[in-house]
Amino acid sequence: MSLVKPKVRLYPASNPPQKEFAKVPVLCAENLCFAYKEKPVLKDVSFEVAKGSFTAVIGPNGCGKTTLVKALLKSLNPDSGTICILGKDLQNLSNKDLSQSMAAVLQTIDPAPMDVRDYVLLGRMPFFAPFQFFESTKDLEIAENYMKLTGTHHLADKKITQVSGGERQLCAIARALTQEPVLLLLDEPTAHLDITHQKRILDLITTLKNKLSLTVLMVLHDLNLAAEYADRLVLLHDICGQPKDNTSSIYAFGNPQTVLTREAIEAVYQTKVTVRPNPISGNPLILLTKDETTHEAI
Amino acid sequence: MPHKVKSWLLIISGLAVLVVVSGVLALCTGSAGIPAAKIPGILIQGPGSSEYSILMHIRLPRIFLGMAVGGSLSLAGTLLQGMFRNPLVEPYTLGISGGASLGVCINILFKFYAVLGIISYPLFGFAGASLVIFLVYSLNRSSHHVRSNRMLLTGVMISYVASSLVMLLMALAQSDDLQNIVLWIMGSLDETNTALIRTACMGSLSGLVISYLFCMDLNALALGDEEAANLGINTARSKKILFIVASFLTGLSVSVAGIIMFVGLIVPHFIRMITGPDHRILLGGSFLAGAAFLTLSDVIARTIIAPLELPVGVITGIIGGVIFIWALARNGKIKREVIL
Repeated sequence: MSLVKPKVRLYPASNPPQKEFAKVPVLCAENLCFAYKEKPVLKDVSFEVAKGSFTAVIGPNGCGKTTLVKALLKSLNPDSGTICILGKDLQNLSNKDLSQSMAAVLQTIDPAPMDVRDYVLLGRMPFFAPFQFFESTKDLEIAENYMKLTGTHHLADKKITQVSGGERQLCAIARALTQEPVLLLLDEPTAHLDITHQKRILDLITTLKNKLSLTVLMVLHDLNLAAEYADRLVLLHDICGQPKDNTSSIYAFGNPQTVLTREAIEAVYQTKVTVRPNPISGNPLILLTKDETTHEAI
Repeated sequence: MPHKVKSWLLIISGLAVLVVVSGVLALCTGSAGIPAAKIPGILIQGPGSSEYSILMHIRLPRIFLGMAVGGSLSLAGTLLQGMFRNPLVEPYTLGISGGASLGVCINILFKFYAVLGIISYPLFGFAGASLVIFLVYSLNRSSHHVRSNRMLLTGVMISYVASSLVMLLMALAQSDDLQNIVLWIMGSLDETNTALIRTACMGSLSGLVISYLFCMDLNALALGDEEAANLGINTARSKKILFIVASFLTGLSVSVAGIIMFVGLIVPHFIRMITGPDHRILLGGSFLAGAAFLTLSDVIARTIIAPLELPVGVITGIIGGVIFIWALARNGKIKREVIL
C-alpha cells in the first residue's frame, strides 16, 4: 500500500497514487432500488466500501444521496436490494446491533440544549446493558478521549446549542467516534461551514481514519474536496430524466482520477466545467467559469 | 456513575422535602379547624376521635389523590414534550381530556350514574379517554415510524370535536345536569372512593417506573429520531410505549379528578429550568414537583374563600400561569436556551 502521497506533484499528473484495499468490504450494497411513490430515486445501486477506505458519495441535488444515507441508517426500507454491514444483512440487524458497528453524523444536528459532554456521552448508549441507566467511568474516559482528539474538550461544559456550527459538527463527530464504530457515515459534514472548518473537519477525519483504522463513507457536495480527500468516489446521477432502460443510479465508481472527468461531470451535472490536475496533489481540480450565454433567453 | 449524580440527589431530596412539607401543610389546613400543634397528639391517640377520622379518612386520602394526579399529569407532560420534541405539548393536547369530558357528559345526561352509582363518573371518563387514545394511536399507526406531527394534529382535532360535542350536550342539558358537568370539567380532588384513590396512586407510581425504563431512550430522542435510531434506539417502539404510558396516566387523572389545567405543561418546564434536559433526573423531578404543586394548589383552593371551595383547576391555572410568565420575563435568556 502506498500511503504516502508526494507533497508536490508536477503538473500534469499522469499516474497519481492509488490505494488498494483488503478484500472484505465493510459495507456492501447490492442492486438497491428505491422510489418515492412513482418517482424512482435509487436504481440498481451496487457498490462496496473496503475496510480502511475513505469513500465519498457525490452527485447533483435530488440524485438520491440522502435517500441512500437513510437506507443505510435503516430509516427507509429499500424497495429491493440488500445492504450488508460486515457481511450481515441490514434487515436482520436491530438498531442496537447496527449502532455498535456504524455511527452517523447527520446533516442537521439539532439536539436539546444539553451539555456537550452529555451529548458526546450519548455515544456510549449502544453499549448499555438492559436496565443500565448510568454510564461507567470507562464510558466517561472514552468520551473525554474523543473530545480531546476532536478538539472539543474545552467545550465540554458548554451547552451544545451555544457553540458555533463548526464546533457543533466537531461535537457530533466526537459523539459518533464515542460509539467506536467500524464504519463512520457522514452526511455533508462541511455544509454551511467556512473553509477553515471544512479543512479542519476533513483533515481530522482523515487523520482519525488512519489512527483508529476507521472506514469512512461521506456524502459531499464539493467535488474538489471529494477529489482531494476521498480515495473512492461514488458518482450518482438523477435517473428521472433518463429513458427507462437499465440505467443505474451510479454513474461511475472508482478513484477520483477515473470518476471526475470532464465528460462525466458535464453529463451528470449538465454544467460546463474545466478539469485540471491539482498542481499540488495531482487530484482532479474542477473549475467553474462564468458563462453569460447560458441565460440569454431571459 | 454519571458526573452529575451529586446535584441530582440534591434536587431529588429537595423536591421530596417539598412534597412532605406540602403534605403536612395540607393535613393541617381545612374547615374543621384542627390546630396544627394538636395533630401529632391526635394521630398518636389512634382511631376513635372525630378529629382522627377527619385527618385519616378525609384529608389524607385527598392528599394522596392530589399527589398522584399532580405527579401523573406532570410526568405525562414531561414524556410527551420529550418524545414530540415540542415544548407546547401537554397531556391534554392529544384530546384525552376532551374524550374524558365527553364520556362524563354522556354519563350525566343519560343518567348512567343512577344505575352504576358514583363510580360511573371515573368509569365513563376513563372510557372516553381510552377511546381517544385508541383513535389517535390507530389513525397514526405505521409499521416503521411514528408520525409525531400528524399524531399531534390528530389529537388536537379530536380534542376540538370532543369539546364541540360536549358543548352540544351542554346546550341540550337541564340546569341540574349542566352544573354537574361544569363542576366536573373544572376539576376537583373531592373524591371519596378509596379504591379509586388507591388505583390512581398505583397507576401513577407504575407509570413512573415504566417511564424510567425509557429515560435513556428519551435522552436519545432529544437528538431527533434518526440520530436516536443510530444510537440503537428502536424509536417507533419506544415512542408507542411512551405515548400509551403518558395517555393512560392522563386518562386516569382526568377520570378521577376532572380537568386540572397547566400542571402538565408548566411543571416540566420549571423542572427543566433547574435540571436541564436529562430525563434521568427530569422524570423523577417532574413527578415530585407536580405532586407538591397540586397539593399546595389544593390547599389554596380549599382555604382562600373558606368555607367554600374553589375548583383546584382554577388555582393551578392562575398560580402556575402567573408564576411561569414571571419566570419567563425575569429569566428570558435561560428560558430560551433551556426550552427551545
